[in-house]
Amino acid sequence: MTDVTDAGNRDYTAGQWQLAWRKFKQNKVALGAGVVLCLMYLVTLLSGFVAPYEPDRRFSERPFVPPQGIHLWSERGFHWRPFVYGLEVTFDDKTGRRIYVRDNTALYPLQFFASGGAHGMLGFNSRLHLFGVDAPEAEGVFLFGTDRQGRDLFSRVLYGARVSLTIGLVGVFISVLLGTVLGVVSGYLGGWADELLQRTIEILRAFPQIPLWMALSAAIPADVDQLTAYFSITLILSFLGWTTLARMVRGKVLSLRTEEYILAAQLMGAGHARVIFRHLIPGVMGQIIVIATIAIPTMILAESSLSFLNLGIRPPMTSWGVLLQEGRSLTTLYFHQWLLMPAIFIFLVVLCFNFLGDGFRDAADPYSE
Amino acid sequence: MSMLRYILRRLIRMVPTLIVISILTFVIIQLPPGDFFDSIQAQLAESESRAEQEAFDTLRKQYHLDQPLWKQYLYWVGGCLVGDFGYSFEWSRPVSELIGERLGLTFLMSFGALIFMWCVAIPIGIYSARNRLSFGDYALTFLAFIGLCVPGFLVALIAMHISVFWFGGSAGGLFSHEYQYAPWSLAKAWDLLKHLWVPVVVVGAAGTATMTRIMRTSMLDVMDEQYITTARAKGLAERWVIYKYAVRVAINPMISILGMQIPQLVSGSIIVAIVLGLPTTGPLFYRALETQDMYLAGTFLMLLAILLLLGNLLADILLALADPRIRFD
Repeated sequence: MTDVTDAGNRDYTAGQWQLAWRKFKQNKVALGAGVVLCLMYLVTLLSGFVAPYEPDRRFSERPFVPPQGIHLWSERGFHWRPFVYGLEVTFDDKTGRRIYVRDNTALYPLQFFASGGAHGMLGFNSRLHLFGVDAPEAEGVFLFGTDRQGRDLFSRVLYGARVSLTIGLVGVFISVLLGTVLGVVSGYLGGWADELLQRTIEILRAFPQIPLWMALSAAIPADVDQLTAYFSITLILSFLGWTTLARMVRGKVLSLRTEEYILAAQLMGAGHARVIFRHLIPGVMGQIIVIATIAIPTMILAESSLSFLNLGIRPPMTSWGVLLQEGRSLTTLYFHQWLLMPAIFIFLVVLCFNFLGDGFRDAADPYSE
Repeated sequence: MSMLRYILRRLIRMVPTLIVISILTFVIIQLPPGDFFDSIQAQLAESESRAEQEAFDTLRKQYHLDQPLWKQYLYWVGGCLVGDFGYSFEWSRPVSELIGERLGLTFLMSFGALIFMWCVAIPIGIYSARNRLSFGDYALTFLAFIGLCVPGFLVALIAMHISVFWFGGSAGGLFSHEYQYAPWSLAKAWDLLKHLWVPVVVVGAAGTATMTRIMRTSMLDVMDEQYITTARAKGLAERWVIYKYAVRVAINPMISILGMQIPQLVSGSIIVAIVLGLPTTGPLFYRALETQDMYLAGTFLMLLAILLLLGNLLADILLALADPRIRFD
């Protein structure tokens, strides 16, 4: 008996956010997606440490190496230390292509917390890497294989994640900021401000998204520095993104404005700022989070598509779209399929964000069944 | 009659929007520093002779590139009104001709994708709604989710791989070599159809996922309505209840997005068309952006915006036709 009343009390006294969290926890798929995303962002934060090599380190003798496996068993039996095999190069008689054959006699054990090339992020500099390989200069460990220039794809995917994973977040942050402020202002004030904003949104939305993104990205000069290029792309992606949010926020504010609790606050002498920040925005927050979460994967896909077309992030900067540029040729599709590996990560991230957004959507309305 | 008045009012309201759009388009196209002749000159930088310099200046004058921006804009918009969309520097041909000859295939591909989407999405949506939470529903929902998560260019790459290495087709393009420049004939049309299915499926894939979800949700809503219960209580055959009563209403959201879908498909197919090397407008636009062929890029962007506005209108009209409950005021 007591259990039931406790549970009942808990439901009645729980705040909106507690209820939302409780409902979200029930959705195991969304929860799992959230965990996977957290892990991916953590690894991205530590990308310099996790990656065995710098993204532009070239192994000139090792172009187009297929992904290498990590082994524990060799012909000589079990090894306590995981190792990779060395490679022997032969050439195809007809095409002259390199063919890599496993060298069963050369075993290179993995070294954990190995010292390697310098890397830094946010002011931390280090030479320490999660793993490396104890091998001659020309050899290395290539978990995802190497590209045309003999650069380690695993390291490049990790460094590319720095751009690909953050551009969606930053872009959505700008959209949310812009959309919320403008949406609240136009919904709360009404009048000419509202009219102006509505017309602006109408016009911006008359532009087709992808061609507009392409045209704007083409306007970024090719010689700008990396940070400028990064923020230009982010701004371009949020250029249209904020309109959806502004519309939604405005509609919600319009309906909330006539609620009694807002009137009560105004009667008690609350200023505009207090009404907006204390009463209106918390009322819309749930929906904002949902729309923002769903907008992130769209931006990630857009960035990779633009970079793939060489309109977004350009080499020497890397992002997953840039890495996939190599996949445009038929030879890659036929001989070097592993170069499409970044696509799997794009897919995984977008899938997780969509699941997460679905979970948030159900949880944002905790009072419904 | 009220319908005609409504359409007319909407069309008139479009005019100021179009003016702003044309200005914005022009500004966006002008954003990259320099012009087409600068990029040509950069390529020819080694042979910077005086004669060439003068030749470029003459060309600039001929296309009003030496005038202030607002004058250039007026020349362009003035031309657009009488069907002269300017001149493509790279192709040395009028923009209207270039876009015109590729428009047919672009629309053919978009319509193909549209039909594909409808034929796949509606039956699946109905099935999913009727067998809610069954294994089939979960499997199809999961497939739809995957369809949403794979970038279009990747689907295009995979489709190209399948068509080349499994079916021995040609790598991209819409025609076999022998028909590339041949005049239209039955054989050429058949050849086109043989190539067309790849881009049609690829372009339609992402949209199909969204549409399946819409159809499923709409169908679920309708199935809860009382008139469906009434129809069942009367003893109507289930088939009759579903197709005559439920689907008839549940399909309305699909119709209302129909008008928006053609422009969305045209712009959505750009990247796919670039990857597959199709002779549609998308690759033309991409190339024009790269070479700063501004009138070509600008016209294409503006045409798409107009298409989107008209699509919006069409969506509202179609919805009104399909759903007699909607009134114009």
